[in-house]
Amino acid sequence: MELQSDPTFLCVVRGAIERLTELFGFTPEECRAVTLAVDEALTNIIRHAYNSRPDKPIELYFRSVRRAADEPPGAGLEILIYDHGPAIEHNKLCGRSLDDVKPGGLGLHFIQQIMDIVEYQRTNATNCLRLVKFVRTVKQEHKS
Amino acid sequence: MQISSRELDKATIFDVSGDIDLANSPAVRKALLREVREKRTPRVVMNLSKVRYIDSSGVASLVEGLKASRDVGSRFILFGLSTSAREVLQLSRLLKIFEVYDNEEQALAG
Repeated sequence: MELQSDPTFLCVVRGAIERLTELFGFTPEECRAVTLAVDEALTNIIRHAYNSRPDKPIELYFRSVRRAADEPPGAGLEILIYDHGPAIEHNKLCGRSLDDVKPGGLGLHFIQQIMDIVEYQRTNATNCLRLVKFVRTVKQEHKS
Repeated sequence: MQISSRELDKATIFDVSGDIDLANSPAVRKALLREVREKRTPRVVMNLSKVRYIDSSGVASLVEGLKASRDVGSRFILFGLSTSAREVLQLSRLLKIFEVYDNEEQALAG
């Protein structure tokens, strides 16, 4: 999926993520959570990487991943989000303390709380955020 | 997203429906701050029962409304939190800082 960094397109992406997570077998609560995490990632790109310019490119890729080699495919959803903004400083990827009640800075906290894997990489002037969420029922069966 | 307001006694009730995201949270913030700071309404009440989605920028708008109301000594109240709104506020760990009621009657009586 490719889109411009226009906030009015976010609702379209959310609609797609909601359907996709349903297909993966996530619970309704998890579907809403993963949708929120992706939306927050896009919001951060629009606001910080592109400084609210609405015409910059963002690419999203989705695929099924396994938690471990002995797990069946479809155990998790991997989302790769690419932008061409400036590099992100690593100290800004840590999120802020929630003890301080103030507006702003919650998006990264949401992403980290919701997703099982959050990884950032910069290659050839491109930022890549990798988000992975595993289907809980499969994870629980695997553990038992 | 749609936002409309009603005045009841010394309260203003904002009825919000749809998605509160980066595209439209500034409108929520503007309406709230105008009500609190300029109109000095003693009790500002947010009906979130028809909010389908709210992101961190929406939560930030609510926090700003709350902080502004504390600054001027008024009350800022939420009621009828939709499932989505409740989940996101819980995730933010900010639910406890708001005055929250189940319905409008309780919000106005509280």
